[in-house]
Amino acid sequence: MSETADTRKSVFISGNEATAEGGIAGGCRHFFGYPITPQNEIPEYMSEHLPEIGGVYLQAESEVAAINMVYGAAAAGARVMTTSSSPGIALMQEGLSYMLGSELPAVFVNMVRGGPGLGNIAAAQSDYWLATRGAGHGDGRCITLTPYSVQELHDFTAGAFEIADRYQNIVMVLADAILATMMEPCELIPRRDLPLPDRPYAVGPHDRSERERNIINSLWIDFDVMEAVNLRIEERYTRAGEEITDWEEFGSDDPQIMLCAYGISARICESVVMRADEAGVRLRLIRPRTVFPFPTEPIRRWAERVDATLVVELSMGQFVEDVRLAVEGSCPVELLARSGGNMPTPGDVLQKVREVARHVGVAAK
Amino acid sequence: MREELFMAGIGGQGVNLAGQFIGRAGMDAGLNVSWVPIYSPEVRGGSSTCTIVLTDRRVASPTSEHPTSMVLMDPTAARRFAANLTTGGLLVINSSLIEETPKVDDCRLLKVPANDIAAEIGNDRTVNMALIGAWAAGTEVLTAEDVARSLREMLPERHHVHMPDNERALERGAEIARETR
Repeated sequence: MSETADTRKSVFISGNEATAEGGIAGGCRHFFGYPITPQNEIPEYMSEHLPEIGGVYLQAESEVAAINMVYGAAAAGARVMTTSSSPGIALMQEGLSYMLGSELPAVFVNMVRGGPGLGNIAAAQSDYWLATRGAGHGDGRCITLTPYSVQELHDFTAGAFEIADRYQNIVMVLADAILATMMEPCELIPRRDLPLPDRPYAVGPHDRSERERNIINSLWIDFDVMEAVNLRIEERYTRAGEEITDWEEFGSDDPQIMLCAYGISARICESVVMRADEAGVRLRLIRPRTVFPFPTEPIRRWAERVDATLVVELSMGQFVEDVRLAVEGSCPVELLARSGGNMPTPGDVLQKVREVARHVGVAAK
Repeated sequence: MREELFMAGIGGQGVNLAGQFIGRAGMDAGLNVSWVPIYSPEVRGGSSTCTIVLTDRRVASPTSEHPTSMVLMDPTAARRFAANLTTGGLLVINSSLIEETPKVDDCRLLKVPANDIAAEIGNDRTVNMALIGAWAAGTEVLTAEDVARSLREMLPERHHVHMPDNERALERGAEIARETR
C-alpha cells in the first residue's frame, strides 16, 4: 500500500499499516517514536509517508525522548502521535502523566506483547491496567479504545485525534501483536487537510499585544488550584462516559450466558457465539470498543438477565475486574485467561461455557 | 463456506508471502478474509507459519484449531502440525523435502515435489507457488489464476519478470492436484 487514497477503497493491509494510515487520515502530521516489535511497521510507514505530505517523522533516541517530543509538539498545538509496545509504553509513563496533568491531546497506540519485563513478541492483553489505570502517577487516565479488526484499527486511530481534542486528553488505542501483524481488507479513509480546532492553550510565536503568553505546566502548588485541575479533568471523563462509550453486541436476544471480551479475544468469542448450538447454550457477546470509559450500563443490564457471565482475556484477570464492577453481583462472573502468546481456541471457550453452565445449573450439551 | 488454511515451513520458503497472495485473491473474489502470521525472530531458517481464513460469513476468529486445509513445506512442519488437520481435510505436502509422509487418517493427500518443480522451471522462488497451485485446485475455493492475479497486483513492478515462472509453478501444482483426484 503506497498510493495516496483519494477515495475510500478496500486494500489488503496489515493492522500496523492501517493504524499508521489511520493516523494520517485523522490529521496526524507529527510522529515521534522508537522501534519495538511488534509495531515497527507503523514508524516505518510514517517515515515514508509523513514527509510526502509536509509532516514530521522523527525517530528518537529512546521512548523517554519520544514521549517528551510528543509532549512538546502537543504543547505547540500539533496533531501528534506515537506508537509502541508494552515495555516502550511503560518507559513513557512519566511523560504520559505530565501530559495528562498539562491537559494536552495526543494519540498513543500500544500493540501489546507478552510480559512482564521484556516478555516476548506474541499477542497479549496484559496492558489493560497500564492503559486504563497506569498512565503514570496521579488522577489522570487515558481514554482507551479497543479495536478488534484491521478496519477498526484504522477507523479508531483516525477518530482518536478528534476525541483527544474534545477532551484535551490522551487517547490510547489498545491492540495486540496479532491485530498489529494480521492482514485484512480495509476501507481507507481518504487523506485530506483537516482544519485544526482552535487551541487557545498552545504555545508558540505570537504577538504580545494580542494575548498573554501561554504556559504549559503540570505543577500546581496551591491545594485548591490542584484540586480544580483534577475536577476539570474528572468532569471531562464523566462527559466522555456519556458521549463516547462504545460497544457491540452479538448473539442471542435471550441469552443464558453473557460473554465479555475485547480486541482479539472478542474475535474468538464471535466464533464461539456462531457455534453456540454445539454447547446447547444461548450466548450473547458484549464487546467493549471503549474500555475507558467502560460500557458499564449494557453489561449491567444483561447481567441482570443471564445466569452467568464468562470473561475471556489474554491476561491473568485484569479486564475481568471492570466487568465485575459493572455486573455488581447480579450474576456469577467466571474467567478464562491465557497468556504468554497462547490464545484459547473457540473449542476451549465452548468447553468453559459448558463448565460455567454446569456451575449455575444451565443444561448444556 | 469457511476455509481455514494453515501454512507452515521455514523462514525463506515464502510461506507468509504465499499466504498473503491467497488472502488478497480471496478479497478480490468477494470473500471475507484474514491472514495471520506467526514467525520466529530469525529472518531465515526459523519456523514460519500463517493462517488464512476465507469465508462468506464473518471471519470472527482469525486463527484455527483444526484447519480445513494445510500446506506443509518442510519435514519439521509436517511432524509438528499435520495431526491438527480437520477430518477429511486437504493436506498438501512438499514431497521434495518431506520424505516421510505424515500419517493422517481420513484426509485428502496431495504430494507436490515443489522444489523439483521449481528446479525444472529454473527459479527457486517458485516453490511456494507450486504448492499453492495444488491447494487451489484441491479446494476449488480459488483458482490458480485468481492467485496469479493477486501476485501481479501485490508484487512490485521490478519482480514482474518472475510472473511467467510463478504462473508455470502454479499451473504445474494445479495439474498434480487434478491428476491425483
